[in-house]
Amino acid sequence: MSKLAPVLSAHWDEADSFTLAGYKRHGGYNAAMKALAMAPDEVIALVKDSGLRGRGGAGFPTGTKWSFIPQGDNKEHYLVVNADESEPGTCKDMPLLMANPHSLIEGMIIASYAIRASYAFIYIRGEVVHVVRRVQQAIADAYQAGLLGTNIGGKGFDLELVLHIGAGAYICGEETALLDSLEGFRGQPRLRPPFPAIAGLYARPTVVNNVESIASVPAIIEYGNEWFQSMGTEKSKGFTLYSLSGHVTNPGQIEAPLGITLRELLELSGGIRAGHTLKFWTPGGSSTPLFTAEHLDVPLDYEGVSAAGSMLGTKALQIFDETTCVVRAVLRWTEFYKHESCGKCTPCREGTWWLVQMMRDLEAGKGTPADLDKLIDITNNIAGRSFCALADGAASPIISSIKYFRAEYEAHLTHGGCPFDPIASTLFATAGRA
Amino acid sequence: MAYSSEQLAIFDSIIARYPRKRSAIMPLLHFVQSISGYVTSEGIEAIAAKLELSTAEVTAVSTFYTQYKPGPVGEYHVGICTNTLCAVMGGDAIYEAITEHLGISNDETTSDGKVSLERIECNAACDYAPVVMVNWEFYDNQTIQSVKDLVDGARAGNPPAPTRGPNSLRTWKENSAVLAGLTDGLASEGPSAGAASLLGLNLSKEGK
Amino acid sequence: MSPENAVVTEVEMITVVIDGFDVTVPKGTLVIRAAEKLGIQIPRFCDHPLLSPAGACRQCLVDIEINGRAFPKPQASCTIPVENGMIVKTQLTSEVADKAQKGIMELLLINHPLDCPVCDKGGECPLQNQAMSNGRTETRYEGVKRTFDKPSAISSQVLLDRERCVLCARCTRFSNEIAGDPFITLNERGALQQVGIYEKDPFLSYFSGNTVQICPVGALTGASYRFRSRPFDLVSTPSACEHCASGCSMRTDVRRGKTLRRLAGEDAEVNEEWNCDKGRWAFKYITNKERLAHPMVRGEDGELHEASWPEALARAAAGLKGKRAGVLVGGRGTVEDSYAYAKFARVALQTNDIDFRARLHSDEEASFLASTALNLTVSYRDLDRADHVVLVDFEPEDESPIVFLRLYKQVRKRGLRITTVTQVMSRGSEKLQASAVASLASVTELTDKSVILVGERASEVTGQFTSAVKLASSTGAKIAWIPRRAGEVGALVAGALGNLLPGGRPVSDAAARVDIQSAWGVNNLPTANGRATWQILEAASSGELDAVVIGGVDPLDISTEALGQLLNKSTFVLSLEISHSAITAIADVVLPVAAVSEKSGSLLNWEGRPRFFEKAITESLTRSDLRILSMLADEMGTPINLPSAKAAASELQAIGKWDGAVISMTESPLAPAQTVSGNQAILHSWRQLLDLGTLQGGEENLAGTARAAEVVISEARASALGVSSGDLLSISTARGSISAPARIGKISDSDIWVPRNSLGSQCIASLGAASGLVVTVVKA
Repeated sequence: MSKLAPVLSAHWDEADSFTLAGYKRHGGYNAAMKALAMAPDEVIALVKDSGLRGRGGAGFPTGTKWSFIPQGDNKEHYLVVNADESEPGTCKDMPLLMANPHSLIEGMIIASYAIRASYAFIYIRGEVVHVVRRVQQAIADAYQAGLLGTNIGGKGFDLELVLHIGAGAYICGEETALLDSLEGFRGQPRLRPPFPAIAGLYARPTVVNNVESIASVPAIIEYGNEWFQSMGTEKSKGFTLYSLSGHVTNPGQIEAPLGITLRELLELSGGIRAGHTLKFWTPGGSSTPLFTAEHLDVPLDYEGVSAAGSMLGTKALQIFDETTCVVRAVLRWTEFYKHESCGKCTPCREGTWWLVQMMRDLEAGKGTPADLDKLIDITNNIAGRSFCALADGAASPIISSIKYFRAEYEAHLTHGGCPFDPIASTLFATAGRA
Repeated sequence: MAYSSEQLAIFDSIIARYPRKRSAIMPLLHFVQSISGYVTSEGIEAIAAKLELSTAEVTAVSTFYTQYKPGPVGEYHVGICTNTLCAVMGGDAIYEAITEHLGISNDETTSDGKVSLERIECNAACDYAPVVMVNWEFYDNQTIQSVKDLVDGARAGNPPAPTRGPNSLRTWKENSAVLAGLTDGLASEGPSAGAASLLGLNLSKEGK
Repeated sequence: MSPENAVVTEVEMITVVIDGFDVTVPKGTLVIRAAEKLGIQIPRFCDHPLLSPAGACRQCLVDIEINGRAFPKPQASCTIPVENGMIVKTQLTSEVADKAQKGIMELLLINHPLDCPVCDKGGECPLQNQAMSNGRTETRYEGVKRTFDKPSAISSQVLLDRERCVLCARCTRFSNEIAGDPFITLNERGALQQVGIYEKDPFLSYFSGNTVQICPVGALTGASYRFRSRPFDLVSTPSACEHCASGCSMRTDVRRGKTLRRLAGEDAEVNEEWNCDKGRWAFKYITNKERLAHPMVRGEDGELHEASWPEALARAAAGLKGKRAGVLVGGRGTVEDSYAYAKFARVALQTNDIDFRARLHSDEEASFLASTALNLTVSYRDLDRADHVVLVDFEPEDESPIVFLRLYKQVRKRGLRITTVTQVMSRGSEKLQASAVASLASVTELTDKSVILVGERASEVTGQFTSAVKLASSTGAKIAWIPRRAGEVGALVAGALGNLLPGGRPVSDAAARVDIQSAWGVNNLPTANGRATWQILEAASSGELDAVVIGGVDPLDISTEALGQLLNKSTFVLSLEISHSAITAIADVVLPVAAVSEKSGSLLNWEGRPRFFEKAITESLTRSDLRILSMLADEMGTPINLPSAKAAASELQAIGKWDGAVISMTESPLAPAQTVSGNQAILHSWRQLLDLGTLQGGEENLAGTARAAEVVISEARASALGVSSGDLLSISTARGSISAPARIGKISDSDIWVPRNSLGSQCIASLGAASGLVVTVVKA
């Protein structure tokens, strides 16, 4: 039996997979009609029972999140889909929306119905024009087909769906920053409590879910929990998209049951690029502590990765082989966090600014081994001190890389600079076409 | 106020999408860029007036997001991903080669106004590294030579088509209009998915 | 504690343990404030008790556990409310908290310049102080600090040094949440985040100075104080603001006899911790070059000459003794000074011809003042609790800014309903989300929890006071009078009005007169109600009065004729003034008086709350009005025996409030609406907070933030005239004209509005009137 489970990606190889016709050809929107015939609470219960957990990083149970929305409060409720996908290494939601936007729209109809929202938003990052086009078109086609708007499918449910396009800010992937951004403010995180379920968009009860989480809902409705739970592990049910990138023979998206290991994924897909060996990898994007070859058999589910000292995150498996300088890699991520720090709180704003300077010095071979301890101490003064998790993300690669590769940092100091040849790690070096 | 009544009607249609009008500030800034190429003071003042905000409040938002430009950029805005994975896979080498090739560096524009350059962060296409974005369209699996050809083509007025995008590359202003939520009818052009996106599906079909 | 919390009777109390000590505080109290109650100071920058919590600076991190469950990481004590079972460990008892705080402080300082020796904040700087108390001794930062061009003038009076800023967002939160003026914002992001304005729109908020005061570093400074002094060289005196009837508590900082700055004082019941820019920065009038230094006496040559005090007092006494004289008090005096004028008029001049109203006024108003305004039973707290506030010819943002802040707070907090009776929607009314009605007849839904606030301009609409009083009595709503000037309520209570003796005693009431006679030890008092200001001026002009005693009065605040009426050759004019003025120029004797900072005394704010203050400039040798009047009365042989403000205050207190029958309101019918056509319009105006007022003289930086003159017209009039906003309009009467740019606003088609006394728009001087007048409006 196949170790893989293409569900969302099952028809991406069809030329019209992104169209309404293409989607409907494979039973698209049946699940929505089925859900609209159920009571909203039944839908919530079903999704809760399925064990579906958030695919955006934190892994919070989706149905439980829905159940937090106060019912009968006579307030507007909102569903907001987080399509800001900006975590380095993460590249699953964009191809999903490009090839199969209707799965998200169908999931949104179901989720909105369940939480009694009549207004829903997709907050998509702005740097992906063609994905924006596909989603725009899908929404327009869904309206045209009576799948959005008033009296959807003749079931008496109304839903307005608005595509909101971002403008370049990683922090807007943080759900409260996203809501501020959607309200027309700077995308800076909000104080919690109140949590979005109580006072989210426009201070109304709001569910914020990741694209993949919502897009997974129609299949659950359609095929049921038994089917869904037949995949995955005890506490991490179902299928998900793993994104393989970097020094592998074949990078790309692989949809598989939760709990598969990197070793299995590499074996299936062709392994590390020829002639090279795995050095370090991220299990779920740059904010998740690095893994090395010793973690090849860690089950890639929420518990497994966590037990091994990292986080499943967005299942963004960035693979680096022995040609890669870990100091350089970490410096780049540090520069990213500095660039994306919103500026609201001191440790993140000032800390990432300082960390970049320290990392640059280390990469350039300036300093002494004592500076590594200083770097760790200052990183620890930043991690766990900031307003939101961005600074924690900045600390992860630094702390974990020093843990596994302290000698390589020190080698920069004794070598008086980086001992690696950057060209050796490029794609051109493999392909021989520089 | 130099915006035409047609343009002001689009302002209103964008505002009408939202339950509360302040939410329209971001698409309106994109729309201003589709007219002028960047966030002009005229645009800030018009948005402030339409949304009943202070000009400072609009400025606070426009300077927060990196896609809003404080001054003109090229007709083709080239973003080279130099976040870790792309940098390692060749993004750094591409960036270095292209700055030399064009004689401009980060956030600068060629003297003919055709091409501007930006080091960009992760653009959610890591399985296609190294990635270059032009006017926020995907150019996958780039090499130094392919990007040289790309910028040379752009300066000559015939840039190659994006890898996963419309059949021909649109200008910065044209694509800004899409980001303002206006449609250009090109959604059906280009592939459903690139090769890397189909990795798992194909493996599965191979019985793996 | 904020007053609205104080009035809630049933507050759930919560006990928490902080550093081993129990403390019981109301539910909702933030940990940082519960700690304060124990005397435990947790360092902080962004936290401010009157602003919404930000949690931005992270300086106040502490360890917290609740019912045995510890938070995995230190928490910002400025954002977390107390809970039952909570145990808090601050830097005093938790190594984690201490390290966290030291770590944050180090990060705050890596980009902060070491320019404390030249920074205005040095010596009173929360960053400096807390870096000493809660920071590391040495920095580990070896890089280059972030710099910006400096200073950046965000307005003519506020300068910004961005490299000093710790991005605590106190200033931006204040501007947005408290003042409703979001003209400064956080711009850019990350390490480049910075406070800024939109390049073309400076920080023109009436309340901008508060941002300077609450800035926890030296990033925001006042242009007028910058580089002038070190805080440890200043002597601070608690004071009260003399600029309006809001009644702000203030602090005056003096160095070697000169006021260098004034700050908002703390008074939770009144101004909380805020004040307006006029109160903060308009104090140079006492040091301007027009300041009177010596008494002056008009000589045979018709010119004023410096004179000795004995000579000047003798001349003044000769001009007044046994003469028919009237007294114009001004409206800016202290309670004690006004009391001295009131007593001087009755005892030394044997007249009730005294009026504190140096502005447009009416007989209906005098009746309202005696019957209603004297009650003084409404307070700021009533505004906090009101269900509906009605503003009658009253623009709080311009005319009593702390009333505005208080109303705005409630509008933001709970959507307090505000109705404004006005002809034009102002920016202040927009911020208050007020519904505008043209007449009191349209005001509905008032209860006994509602408050009607009547401004002094109600005197310009015949019948307005009458309608307001009727509305209050028919609905049970409270009613209060809020004049613009700081001294008017005190003057009313002190009896500086033709129909009232001190303590609200009606002149017409024999028993009331007996009270005063016995208090003053005099055998008789004049029995007839005195003349109002306009009548005093007319009588001076016609020769019915021989002399007029004038306190701080600008004749153009009253009418175009006022000055001319005093020019009657036979009329003797005695002027008590701070500086040379239009009145001193025509006076026969000029006696220089002390400014507020040069004397002690009290003012009564609109609530009737006394605002006591001591002499801030102790070196000053100037004399207060009351001291001079007392000397003059002695010279005239009719002593009033008021050697000091203290003596005046205790005498007035001993007299006490009248408990007899009050004068009832004499009703006036509403004036019929005027009609206009074509280019004609009915003029409306009020004085903007920052304008050409006498006491704002000498402060150019403040003047630079005044709202520019504009003509507000309706959309229909604009299209009839073919103008759009910004085009120049000309408004004219037979007397003259005003030209100013048009602004299309919410105003009825028959009306126009201009500022009453601003640069380029001085209604009385240029048009001959300030309201109700028919003017001609054309494109300039």
